[in-house]
Amino acid sequence: MATLEINDLHVAVDNKEILRGVDLTVKQGETHAIMGPNGSGKSTLAYSVAGHPRYTITSGTVTLDGEDVLAMTVDERARAGLFLAMQYPVEVPGVSVSNFLRTAVTAIEGEAPKLRTWVKDLNAAFERLSIDPAFKERSVNEGFSGGEKKRFEVLQLELLKPKLAILDETDSGLDVDALKVVSAGVNRVRESGTTGTLLITHYTRILRYIRPDYVHVFVGGRVVEEGGPELADLLEAEGYDKWVSA
Amino acid sequence: MSDFPIPTGREEAWRFTPTRRLRGLFEPLPDGGDGKVVVDIDAPEGVTVERVDPREDGRVGAVFTPTERVAALAFEGVKQAVVIDIPANARPSAPVSLAIRGEGGSSYGHTTINVGAHAEATVVIDHIGTATRAANVEISIGDGAKLTFVSLQNWDPDAVHLAHHVALVGRDATYKSVVVTLGGDLVRINPRVRFAGPGGDAELLGVFFADDGQHLEHRLLVDHDQPRCRSRVTYKGALQGANAHTVWIGDVIIRPNAVGTDTYELNRNLLLTDGARADSVPNLEIETGEVAGAGHASATGRFDDEQLFYLMTRGIDEQTARRLVVRGFFADVVSRIGVPDIEARLMSAVDDELARTGA
Repeated sequence: MATLEINDLHVAVDNKEILRGVDLTVKQGETHAIMGPNGSGKSTLAYSVAGHPRYTITSGTVTLDGEDVLAMTVDERARAGLFLAMQYPVEVPGVSVSNFLRTAVTAIEGEAPKLRTWVKDLNAAFERLSIDPAFKERSVNEGFSGGEKKRFEVLQLELLKPKLAILDETDSGLDVDALKVVSAGVNRVRESGTTGTLLITHYTRILRYIRPDYVHVFVGGRVVEEGGPELADLLEAEGYDKWVSA
Repeated sequence: MSDFPIPTGREEAWRFTPTRRLRGLFEPLPDGGDGKVVVDIDAPEGVTVERVDPREDGRVGAVFTPTERVAALAFEGVKQAVVIDIPANARPSAPVSLAIRGEGGSSYGHTTINVGAHAEATVVIDHIGTATRAANVEISIGDGAKLTFVSLQNWDPDAVHLAHHVALVGRDATYKSVVVTLGGDLVRINPRVRFAGPGGDAELLGVFFADDGQHLEHRLLVDHDQPRCRSRVTYKGALQGANAHTVWIGDVIIRPNAVGTDTYELNRNLLLTDGARADSVPNLEIETGEVAGAGHASATGRFDDEQLFYLMTRGIDEQTARRLVVRGFFADVVSRIGVPDIEARLMSAVDDELARTGA
């Protein structure tokens, strides 16, 4: 069973320490929610694990099934089974959605998808996420609304079938309808049982649609409290004040 | 002898050009040049291509007039011109192709293209090999005719090439100019367009890719002197290497009688590495109060590492990701060329450029 293990992770940005000793273990099939106030370092955790060059790992380890993730390039991490759904997906002008998806699936699976099933699979994925198939010919994320970008991230999640998915505030900026579509997508991936999910969020709202197995409260660059789904209910009622002012 | 004095290099027309690398083109080439140039002509049925004495043939110089010294010297000194004649109403089944291969030395060239009324044709000039060359191309497009003219600069790294492409676009005629500059030490192309009657349409597309040490310069002039004509200029360039230098000058003049003119010009440059330099100067001069549309845009930006990161988080390796982004940058201009063979060759040439430095 695939396991992502983060041990005593310290990360700096521009010589400023943002993560101060993060410990976290996520197994295939599990869903973890990381909840915390703005500026707590939640996104830094996501980008550090994905390998963004702006973040400097000062100490600690990250492994996926025992393999050293920090020694891998960004694309190697993805091919090893990591996926990051971004809070602000990047526009790539001139690269069509269909070309991008096919290139990504080919890279992850190690061979090009069979043309016969590819078109059908792609159309089904678009339909599940309520995205107009005409988007296939558009440039990646260019001119997409905020909600369309998030749905497109989840579409990629479903197509690439990672061992471990980090969803960085995929719920932010979504109206209720889009939130339902996105949550249903994440739940489908979850029900497959082959993907572990790390759901990073500021709000408890999405947890009404995606029930986590574990909740971690993230403040000041580390996990300060852990528990089951009931912890999310407590956060909804009382907010982060208890940990922030402490 | 030319009426144009030897430039000092400080003139507006020359200030971006490293004139010391012109290899003597500011002086007349003795006896019209010692260079060896092989021209392979491939013309479909119904198109005539002749090699003529430029001083004996009235078709040569009917459209072209020199505007600076090198072009003037080339026009005065050229020994042989190629005249391509596409008769009225003709629709050749394939492009007219001129493969110009330089085999060293200095030379002049002149090509005259006449497209008869309501004809539709494509002419492709491909430059390869090594040469020091000053050449002029003049193009006359008859009323209602359509011409796609492609000039590919695929020279060896040491070539020097200066050329003017002067087009006169007839009433309701359509001109598409495609300039692709990839190879050569110093390449300077001046595409110029005038209109012979109302309703003309000119689309000028350009793609260039400069490596370390290359100077690639494109100076465009669209002269709107007839009513209700349309022009679109789209030039995109990529640069890599410490001393890669590109220049794009886009001059558009809308004269007092050119009412209803619709024009837009755009230049975008993508810096793939530090130290490369792209100069971009759009210049729009409007002398009438009644334009349908007139605008320009120019921007030079660095390669966006966030795009690279995004693609790589999807498992795509760095080289493939870079290729996707750069291909994407050129995609909109390339897809408008409308000659599939040229589009495919161009995209694979861009891949080769990227592979060359392993960028």
